[in-house]
Amino acid sequence: MSNDIRIKKGLDIKLVGEAEKTVEQAVISNYCTIRPEDFHGVIPKLVAKEGTTVKAGGVLFFDKSEEAIKFLSPVSGKIVEVVRGPKRRIDAIKIQADKAQAFEDFGVFNVDAAKPEAVKAHLLAAGCWPFVKQRPYDVIANPASSPKAIFISGYASAPLAADLDFTLKGKEAELQAAVSALGKLTEGKVHVSVGKNANSPLAGLNGITLHKVSGPHPSGNVGTLINKVDPVNKGEVVWTVNAQDLVVIGELLLTGKFNAERIVALVGSSVEKPRYFKTIAGSEIATLIYDKGVSKGGNDRIISGNVLTGKQIRPDGSLDFYSNVVSVIPEGDDYELFGWNKPVFNKVSTSRALTFSWLNPKKKYDLNTNTNGEHRAFVTTGTYEEVFPLDIFPMQILKACMYQDLDEMEALGMYEVAPEDFALTEFVCVSKQPHQKIIREGLDLMIKEIG
Amino acid sequence: MSLKNKLHILKRKYRSKKMAPAFNALHTFLYLPNETTHNGTHIKAADDLKRTMNTVIMAMVPCLLFGMFNAGYQHHLALGEIQSVTGGLFSAEFWTLDNFMVGFWKIIPLVIVSYGVGLLIEFIFAIINKHEVEEGYLVTGMLVPLIVPIDIPLWMLAVAVVFGVVIGKEVFGGTGMNILNPALTIRAFLFFAYPTWMSGDKVWVHGAVERDQAIAAGQNLDAISGETILGALAQSKEVAYSTADMFLGFIPGSVGETSTLLIILGGLFLVFAKIGSWRIMLSSVIGAIVMGLIFNQVVASGWITESSNFYGLMSAPFWEHLIIGGFAFGTVFMATDPVTASQTNKGKWIYGFLVGFISIMIRVFNPAYPEGVMLAILLMNVFAPTIDHYVVQGNVKKRMKRVKVKTA
Repeated sequence: MSNDIRIKKGLDIKLVGEAEKTVEQAVISNYCTIRPEDFHGVIPKLVAKEGTTVKAGGVLFFDKSEEAIKFLSPVSGKIVEVVRGPKRRIDAIKIQADKAQAFEDFGVFNVDAAKPEAVKAHLLAAGCWPFVKQRPYDVIANPASSPKAIFISGYASAPLAADLDFTLKGKEAELQAAVSALGKLTEGKVHVSVGKNANSPLAGLNGITLHKVSGPHPSGNVGTLINKVDPVNKGEVVWTVNAQDLVVIGELLLTGKFNAERIVALVGSSVEKPRYFKTIAGSEIATLIYDKGVSKGGNDRIISGNVLTGKQIRPDGSLDFYSNVVSVIPEGDDYELFGWNKPVFNKVSTSRALTFSWLNPKKKYDLNTNTNGEHRAFVTTGTYEEVFPLDIFPMQILKACMYQDLDEMEALGMYEVAPEDFALTEFVCVSKQPHQKIIREGLDLMIKEIG
Repeated sequence: MSLKNKLHILKRKYRSKKMAPAFNALHTFLYLPNETTHNGTHIKAADDLKRTMNTVIMAMVPCLLFGMFNAGYQHHLALGEIQSVTGGLFSAEFWTLDNFMVGFWKIIPLVIVSYGVGLLIEFIFAIINKHEVEEGYLVTGMLVPLIVPIDIPLWMLAVAVVFGVVIGKEVFGGTGMNILNPALTIRAFLFFAYPTWMSGDKVWVHGAVERDQAIAAGQNLDAISGETILGALAQSKEVAYSTADMFLGFIPGSVGETSTLLIILGGLFLVFAKIGSWRIMLSSVIGAIVMGLIFNQVVASGWITESSNFYGLMSAPFWEHLIIGGFAFGTVFMATDPVTASQTNKGKWIYGFLVGFISIMIRVFNPAYPEGVMLAILLMNVFAPTIDHYVVQGNVKKRMKRVKVKTA
């Protein structure tokens, strides 16, 4: 049985540099870097000290406030450096990969016979828990909570996103194992969304409630799915898992190996030949981007993730823990004569104020990182609502976050949202306000004050 | 070295200096800044506040140009030097250089004073508060000359602009934070501080006041009457203009408010550009029509007689209210100010309706100062946050209900 979800409000930002559907094995990265900042809100307690060796699947650190949540090494090798920031905060753990990889063996797990507690314990012990996130607050799920439902989006609508139908192809067994295991952890349903016309491997799984989504971005955001299916109320918790991470969970259950290998799309207008790579979380970005990719020394922005929600990384940086796309677009650090009033043909806009992207909705754009204007107070109204499909007042909730009124934040629906839900409103914002940052800080305040 | 690089070096040099906001404000008019995104979205849409404001100004330019021709036309007509228009919109009597130059030399000083004084205050506040100069005044500065009588003394305008920008906007925190529409605050200040210059039958045509003074001094001249249609109706007089004249704008009035046709075109442009709110414009027109129909009904039922003070305006057909006075201009360019209007889509409907409704009500019941649009919009500016509050509460209640259904 499937249910159709069609959204009208939103915006598809079509960009140059979509990945060609071929997968290459990426050059094996010499170093693998895990950054605790990828796991928002986690305070790491280091287990693997500098100089020790770990297997792939060996524990690097655990969460100080929830010690059961372990973070594993994606590769086997030697911990060569623990990079620390101010107040000895751990910024990164750098592992030099062995030539021959050795895996911890967690044992084949029989999902069907297992009790929910056993499933949970296994996922925690085998380092798959960080893949399970929760709302409210968009952080790694609290294992003690019991979610009313689990949501998985199998449809990527973000600009230049990796096509999940393509990257998950042939992984049906892993997906099924993961979904069956997750299904045991909730009293409610496992909701999975796929594109309406897509040929998704997720569509054929058992034990899920399938939703076919259509419409512009953010139709593929898991937040949109939650809002349309079963919004989070006060006191409730839902869990979300990225579709590509199900494969890692599934492989662990089926083979006993923690294999953080994934298919990553290298995209963007600065890339010579955008295509897919098979690589490992934490790999050096340099192993992907230079071969038929980006010109060295070019003035480009490298982003681990998509252009709306990803993180900026340096050319010597590494792929973050969750991303399945690396976007490279030109930097826009140049002035433009009369850029504020001349007619604009080469940029995306939702207005028609001498901006002409409405004339040609199919055109693909080569956007750079220029802000196209300066930061201002909120002025225009109604612009956000056009691209924001959730049943929430976007500007009002942003303002509530800014003046830190917890009651109002709660009343306006703060439990339902994640920063990524506000990526499009941030994109179209005439006042160039940092919406995602405002929401993240609002959520952090709520964690601190309400918990 | 190119201008671009020279300015870039200057910008870096003055970065932490006190005058940096002033320099940047001018610099960004020439060049879109080289600012890039950090984390958050790495790409941004093309629109910024300058572009938005500029679009509104573009929509007002036809009204400004028409106002210049009309100022000269009314002046020459009142002096009896030319005949009134006969050929519709493209009448030869109207579009003459003579007419234009009269208006040009009267109106350009208004524009200069409005922008000069207003922007000066914006710059001073930006420097004091160490923030960038926000673009809010760009539109206000253009609105102000269009909503004042042509002969308003420049010093009065300057005083009003100072009041409007400081008290109407900056004390609340500047652009985006104000409660009242700054342009209307300026006009309201003029209206209450210098009422003889803002209403009556002398101020709407260039030269009328001067002529009056000359007559008072004993010269033997004919007085110029520059009565607006609202003024005439308020006194239950015969209106001397045809409907076409009213719609096209060949009538006395504030500088830019007379041509309903050009205002509608400007409004359509703003709606098309998705800058102006069609919800507010449409609902305001509906509100005005409803109020107008009610008054017409009152007259038709014979509840008031011709001797009543209100008879003239009340008996004017409901549609005539839409094309006389400042109603069209207020609805399209002032009620839609996003900062002071309702901010929710549902709220915009209610807000706009009440703006139109109350405009006509004030017009009819206040024959001494028959321009109700200004006061109606200012009143609704005050109520807009309340309207929004109830609209948002609707969403909040829905959320609460969801919890109750669950727990019940």
